[in-house]
Amino acid sequence: MFDDFVQQFLPSTVGGLAIGAIYALVALGYTMVYGVLRLINFAHSEIFMIGSFAALFVILSVGVTAPLTGVALLGFLLLLMVVAAAVSGGAAVLLEVVAYRPLRRRGAPRLAALISAIGASLFLQELFALFVIPDVFDRPGRIDTAVPRIVDRDVLFSIGNADVRTDQVIVVIAAVVVMILLDQTVARTRIGRGIRAAAQDPEAAVLMGVNIDTVVRLTFLLGGAMAGVAGVLYAMEFENLRFNIGFILGIKAFTAAVLGGIGNIRGALIGGVGLGLVENWGAIFFGSQWKDVIAFVILVVVLLFRPTGILGESLQKARA
Amino acid sequence: MSHYAKTEPGVLTRSLTAAGRVPDGVRDWWAGASRWQRWGIYGLALLLAIIAPHPIIASFMSPFTDWTSLLFNPIGTFVLLAIGLNIVVGQAGLLDLGFVAFYAIGAYTLAYLGTAHGFPFWPTLIMAIFLAAVSGVILGSPTLRLRGDYLAIVTLGFGEIVRITAVNTDEIGGSRGITPIPHPPNLFGVEFLLDPLPYYYLILAMIILAIVFSLRLERSRVGRAWTAIREDEDAAELMGVPTFRFKLLAFAIGAMVGGLAGSVFASKVIFIAPTNFPFILSATILAAVLLGGAGNLPGVILGAFLVAWLPERFRGFADYRILVFGAALVLTMALRPQGLLPSRQRSAELKGGTGGGTKTTVRRRDRDDDTVEVSR
Repeated sequence: MFDDFVQQFLPSTVGGLAIGAIYALVALGYTMVYGVLRLINFAHSEIFMIGSFAALFVILSVGVTAPLTGVALLGFLLLLMVVAAAVSGGAAVLLEVVAYRPLRRRGAPRLAALISAIGASLFLQELFALFVIPDVFDRPGRIDTAVPRIVDRDVLFSIGNADVRTDQVIVVIAAVVVMILLDQTVARTRIGRGIRAAAQDPEAAVLMGVNIDTVVRLTFLLGGAMAGVAGVLYAMEFENLRFNIGFILGIKAFTAAVLGGIGNIRGALIGGVGLGLVENWGAIFFGSQWKDVIAFVILVVVLLFRPTGILGESLQKARA
Repeated sequence: MSHYAKTEPGVLTRSLTAAGRVPDGVRDWWAGASRWQRWGIYGLALLLAIIAPHPIIASFMSPFTDWTSLLFNPIGTFVLLAIGLNIVVGQAGLLDLGFVAFYAIGAYTLAYLGTAHGFPFWPTLIMAIFLAAVSGVILGSPTLRLRGDYLAIVTLGFGEIVRITAVNTDEIGGSRGITPIPHPPNLFGVEFLLDPLPYYYLILAMIILAIVFSLRLERSRVGRAWTAIREDEDAAELMGVPTFRFKLLAFAIGAMVGGLAGSVFASKVIFIAPTNFPFILSATILAAVLLGGAGNLPGVILGAFLVAWLPERFRGFADYRILVFGAALVLTMALRPQGLLPSRQRSAELKGGTGGGTKTTVRRRDRDDDTVEVSR
């Protein structure tokens, strides 16, 4: 058992970093919305799913038949991310308008918002399974849809016995770059200041002239865009999409958000990568079929012993 | 959230609010009804439940599928599950998104012990209920310190843990499931075989038991503690209510009813597999509770009945039912977040601010349990 662990430690670490980066990107959406509205946007996982299918749509439309390299690859990835971020961001804003705003207007309890979110999540999943996947992609709605390969899976370099593939490097670098962009947006721009103000004290923010509806919309837009980028990376890395890929991944991303400290943008990165790593290391001991269970147990343990997460709660305190 | 401007309600909202007055009127009549009127309604409901499998009723309730089978599952099982979940969500105010776990534990206990070890039905049923309660405590003791949203996600995780564990454990059949689960033994000369009718009456008896149990609890010291926790946990704690212990009790009792539902379900279907216990089932039961009006037993039963029956009645839409269900959840929450038949206390709560302490509420509760209240 221990020999296995030593043997597989580095390869698992590489895999864990890649999936962890995706968790982190999705976690940002949960964390930002929670920071501003104190709401678990349960349907955020479906925003991620929509982003991944948007990426697939572009790949099929452009007609990529062979893996790309060099500048073509870079440009194409950029295109995918922009499109997917726009689609997901738009979907997230729409979700907010349809599922959450009427509740906020009524001053409904947070419980009602969570139920509404579950309803929206089911609706979006079924919308894809019944209509979008069969009609747009001409595929049966409830089984895996394969994504054409856009990046060669060749080994870029090795660390010890771990081979690091090109696609894994792209996932991690892309995620980190996008996250730095978001972090700086929230920390330095006018928009970001509005978001932080609303997270800190909504009523005071309104009194200071912040338009709370705009802030909420922007929060959903930014969080959705991050999920869209995550969708691109997921499609590229796992090459199989399905109407319900968001479900488990969403719960794990939420776990990552809690792990890092919900409401905390840098925490999401740490939480996501941490979860990806621990889950993969745990899988060496228990077998990969227990991965999801490991993630949930971690969630419970974190909430028990450090409910504010590694970096502490809240968008406002972490200056990010 | 008070800092959002309130806007004028649209036509749709206004007409739905108007439609909402009908159930509200029913509830007000009920609140003012005398003891005899209430017993009359109880008797009528019971009579209706007993004659429900009659072919004439079947012909318009379910022209496409066998009505008696439907009455057992999903209608009977959903109602039983909703009664159990109502204890957790409606009475104690704890949001549980993994209730299906207890249903699964009940079903698997009965199936495994009955199939692999030939345990007799009734003792196994008791054991299944006990195990469900234990698992409720196991889930609750670490997680019930959490509040609201966090608790919801953790319970969701627990539901998935149970399902994945069932898939990964070969001893209980893995993803292939367990078969053949033995049927219950003869009872009062009635055989439990393939005919769904005896099972319907079995589950009906269990439902009645659960209703009586739940109502008695609601009006006991325990029920009042739950109400206090639901409305303001900190205040309850300050008033000397051991909130953690009572929340744990709510989890355990809710789990017992869930386990009972699972065992009865398993005793009929012969074969169970992890796919019988997906997350969507938890969401459906929760939706039933909230749709009907959390905390109000008749509402909850009505909600469970509708959620179970409507998709079967309109089988033509079978493919779209989760889609419609999801949209209905969003709509219900936007238009009538208190549910179809909310309890007075709850609807006062949901209007916000007052913590449910309206005059009418006080009057009704006084009458319901005045003797107990005074003697304390």
